[in-house]
Amino acid sequence: MNPKPVQLRTPLGDEILALHAGDHVELSGTVYTARDEAHLRMQQEGIPFEPRGAAIYHCGPVIQDKRVIAAGPTTSARMNELSDFLIGRGVRALIGKGGMGSRVRDQLKDRGIYLAFTGGCAALASSHMTLTGVFFEDLGMAEAVWVIGLDRLPLVVGIDSHENDLFDTVSRHAQEAFRRYRGL
Amino acid sequence: MQISDPARIRSALADATFRAYREAVIRLPPDVLRVIGQAAAAETNPVARGEFANILKNIAQAEKLGVPICQDTGVPVVYLTLPPEISLTRELYDAVADGVRKATREVPLRPNVVDPITRHNSGDNIGAGMPAIHIKPGERFTVTVFPKGAGAENVSRIGMLLPSQADQIERFVVETVCLAGSRPCPPVVIGVGIGGTFDGAAALAKEALLQPLDRMTEYERGIMGAANRLGIGPMGLGGDITVLAVKVKTAGCHTASLPVAVNIQCWANRHAMAWVKL
Repeated sequence: MNPKPVQLRTPLGDEILALHAGDHVELSGTVYTARDEAHLRMQQEGIPFEPRGAAIYHCGPVIQDKRVIAAGPTTSARMNELSDFLIGRGVRALIGKGGMGSRVRDQLKDRGIYLAFTGGCAALASSHMTLTGVFFEDLGMAEAVWVIGLDRLPLVVGIDSHENDLFDTVSRHAQEAFRRYRGL
Repeated sequence: MQISDPARIRSALADATFRAYREAVIRLPPDVLRVIGQAAAAETNPVARGEFANILKNIAQAEKLGVPICQDTGVPVVYLTLPPEISLTRELYDAVADGVRKATREVPLRPNVVDPITRHNSGDNIGAGMPAIHIKPGERFTVTVFPKGAGAENVSRIGMLLPSQADQIERFVVETVCLAGSRPCPPVVIGVGIGGTFDGAAALAKEALLQPLDRMTEYERGIMGAANRLGIGPMGLGGDITVLAVKVKTAGCHTASLPVAVNIQCWANRHAMAWVKL
């Protein structure tokens, strides 16, 4: 069986530098949701929360009556070119699905981590969440920055702070396997 | 005897569409649950086992709370069977649209349907030609709702192979899985349409996804095995199981053609059928 997941709590500090790609963690504390539009707005108007030690969740949740109904991850790669300023200002963890590009991997070196949450698991996510606030609500439900309290959300380290990228490794292996399959 | 009471047919079909939609987005069909359970038990990679654990917990939570399995509640793809006493009329299309609007408000569903060029969102999951409705004759009056999410649909492919390339169909499917990588939320289900016409092959591939996943032919198992050797694993994090099932549907085609369509579906192969109660 898997070893016990590492417990993490925001604000995150240098404890994340000890993690490795493939480690299971459970995250508690606060996350801020942000998709494409929220990233653009924060670049223009500034980050409306304390970025040092913060965790960003790539997610467009369904919110009803001030409750989180469904909050699975969205595809993180869309934010590949939009994440520099967050990591530069002290954000320590990005959370989403599918992994991110080499540019983000470079930025995370010695600074932060990318955590993967299982795609499609919207009901499981919401059962670990409490809604505590919102910024930029005018962007609409999917694009606003929702402030969400987390209680032990189960995640896996996809990219660590030592340039190990599980998604990239798996993708290279798959391409090699396909070449072998084709007899090349 | 023909039943010709348009108002009654419209409200009964709208209600059945609503019921099937709600069921589809909250609970997975038994055959889908069985293949996910078997895959979770067979997986040996520790990271992949964690992903399967989350998927199984998520399925249980969605049912317990009565909320959608995934926030991408898809676009409405709908199949009707009409018994001899029901005529094919415009009202049937309007009735399905009524049911989709109600499901969007009450389940609730995410409004996903937009104009393809202006990207304007209709807000109620209705658009030109959407819901996509497919009608066939049958014994009973039924509606099957098959909500299709974008992540997996976007990595689907069609190829017009040469008639001499029948032995390369498997390779085309495996290549599609390789190119898709983590994007369709694997482990995936694969519908393969072989033959027919350019458009017909794609329709066959989608219909194949509705067939029981826990009964596969040797041919289908062979394709699944080849794709699983890529090692992409759940969510592209690596593992033994990238593909939960492969289902193939074929149709006669031109002697000079070999259309092959691959419709990819995420692990949440959501669909549900309801009787239309008249």
